[in-house]
Amino acid sequence: MRTTIFVPGDAAALALGADAVATAISEEAARRGIAIKLVRNGSRGMVWLEPLVEVATPRGRIAYGPVAPAEVPGLFAAGFLTGGVHALCLGPTEEIPWLARQQRLVCRRVGVVDPRSLADYVARGGGEGLRRARAMAPAEIVRAVTESGLRGRGGAAFPAGIKWQTVRATAAPQKYVVCNADEGDSGTFSDRMLMEGDPYCLLEGMAIAGLAVGASQGYIYVRSEYPHAVAALEAALAGAGDFLGNFTIEVRVGAGSYVCGEETALLESIEGKRGIVRAKPPLPAVAGLFGQPTLINNLVTFASVPDILAQGAAAYRDLGCGRSRGTLPFQLAGNIKHGGLVEVPFGLSLRELLYDFGGGSRSGRPLRAVQVGGPLGAYLPEAQFDTLLDYEAFAAIGAGLGHGGIVAFDDTVDLAGQARYAMKFCAIESCGKCTPCRIGSTRGVEVIDRIRAGDGRQIALLEELCETMTQGSLCAMGSMTPIPVLSALRHFAEDFGGKCE
Amino acid sequence: MESSAIVAHIIEQHRVRPGALLPMLHAMQDALGCIPPEAVPPIAQALNLSRAEVHGVISYYAHFRQTPPGRHVVRVCCAEACQAVGGEALAEHARERLAGSGITLEPVYCLGLCACGPSVQVDETTLHARVTLEKLDALIAALESAS
Repeated sequence: MRTTIFVPGDAAALALGADAVATAISEEAARRGIAIKLVRNGSRGMVWLEPLVEVATPRGRIAYGPVAPAEVPGLFAAGFLTGGVHALCLGPTEEIPWLARQQRLVCRRVGVVDPRSLADYVARGGGEGLRRARAMAPAEIVRAVTESGLRGRGGAAFPAGIKWQTVRATAAPQKYVVCNADEGDSGTFSDRMLMEGDPYCLLEGMAIAGLAVGASQGYIYVRSEYPHAVAALEAALAGAGDFLGNFTIEVRVGAGSYVCGEETALLESIEGKRGIVRAKPPLPAVAGLFGQPTLINNLVTFASVPDILAQGAAAYRDLGCGRSRGTLPFQLAGNIKHGGLVEVPFGLSLRELLYDFGGGSRSGRPLRAVQVGGPLGAYLPEAQFDTLLDYEAFAAIGAGLGHGGIVAFDDTVDLAGQARYAMKFCAIESCGKCTPCRIGSTRGVEVIDRIRAGDGRQIALLEELCETMTQGSLCAMGSMTPIPVLSALRHFAEDFGGKCE
Repeated sequence: MESSAIVAHIIEQHRVRPGALLPMLHAMQDALGCIPPEAVPPIAQALNLSRAEVHGVISYYAHFRQTPPGRHVVRVCCAEACQAVGGEALAEHARERLAGSGITLEPVYCLGLCACGPSVQVDETTLHARVTLEKLDALIAALESAS
């Protein structure tokens, strides 16, 4: 029997040389006259161990990593095809503590299945949610989503069931389901990993949404920076056969605009226009894509739904804490030793994530600050690391979980520089529709430059400017850019020349 | 095929899709390396838009370019997760190293490789993680000797 070997085709694994490892394994097997089956799976999310090669054995899948092409002959010599002992051997993959301590729901199949194989997806429990949904009335599906407590995973954390119900209740001959896969926040990659590692889960979630709200057409809007994810989705759609029934899905590729992650700008972009934010109301649920009722959710939101229907809303709701139910795939990024994807129920502390999972900084220096929730998220000092990871606990300290991205910085970071970058990024990416964002961001860069040059009187001006942006901007781009700026100023005043009292 | 024929072909392929403009522009840039100015009038005509509207869309999105790039395009991630591990110094080094090289350097704001930064993308297909200054030099040298 041919041994199955898994070499991830995930973009992070590719960036760390997985293709060369796959080639080396194929060549070495051929040289030795051994027949193998090579599967390009997604990543298990232990990015510091990539390329992580797994071998299927009677004891389960055995992991080796990080594997360099030069080590492949040695692995064969050590009998890795039967799980042989080698310096790179990590034992059974599922027993690696970093993975074993997680509770993976939405990412349960990422890194496990062959993302190109619908049969593999179904063999591992995929399709059950859609099968059940087909036997349910639309209102029952919406009720299950509502009862699960699922909230929008894009960052705003709006209760998903309410959005679904609004679209369902709005009568129209044509409705749409739109997946926001414009994962532009630095420090986030869970959408990418899901698209590359388990694309059928997303397709299934969208098809269920279509049944629930009465839509037959779906769009997935993926950023152009993710060509591998686009290819994975296209391959999955090509192999979907009649899995989705009469629900059709089309992939649309963005074009390098961060603000297109804002839902109304995203809809404009699909319509073929500049990605400029719309004023709300009307909500997209009432008048969205091409003016029709549109259910637009983040990718993780949709991908969470098959499990909710398959396992029941209660099983999902029983996880988490407070009003944050279920799990969130957190992403440990930046200057962190053991970075990657950590899916756990809400309620762990930030410190547990940073140290128990992350292992502290990659550089070995003390962690000084973390930014949670992307470019519009707060910079938190060590004193706030004990905050629990749930939406309300973060809101209480003026921060947000966003899409679950956590970027760690060691003590070489200059928070005044990071505050300046937040304003600069806003200036680069502002769609230009509203003045506080378009002009305020540029003025913000200038004011911070003056502060850094020693003019402490400008601090009050910066605070006023931030207030104008917060209160006066049309969308989160302008209204939330002050969050990283002011949190940096508040918690790391010494970096602003110590004149911030 | 001549570029005007390619433009015409792509317009025909996409014009009836709802929201056809972005897929059309992507197909054109993929085929021609950029969206040439002479493509704007036929696109506008086919989609019943003004030339200004088409130009507005092309110039709004950072991904679209109206002139051909250099022999290669190197994108260095300049977002926070890469900044936390030396991304700014890498971008600065790339600026100096690639000046006058005929290779286009662009900033990119996140490639989704945030646990293994700083990251670099070459020609939209090849990815590199944990890129040091030395690794970038070697990468550029390989691009230069290949072309």
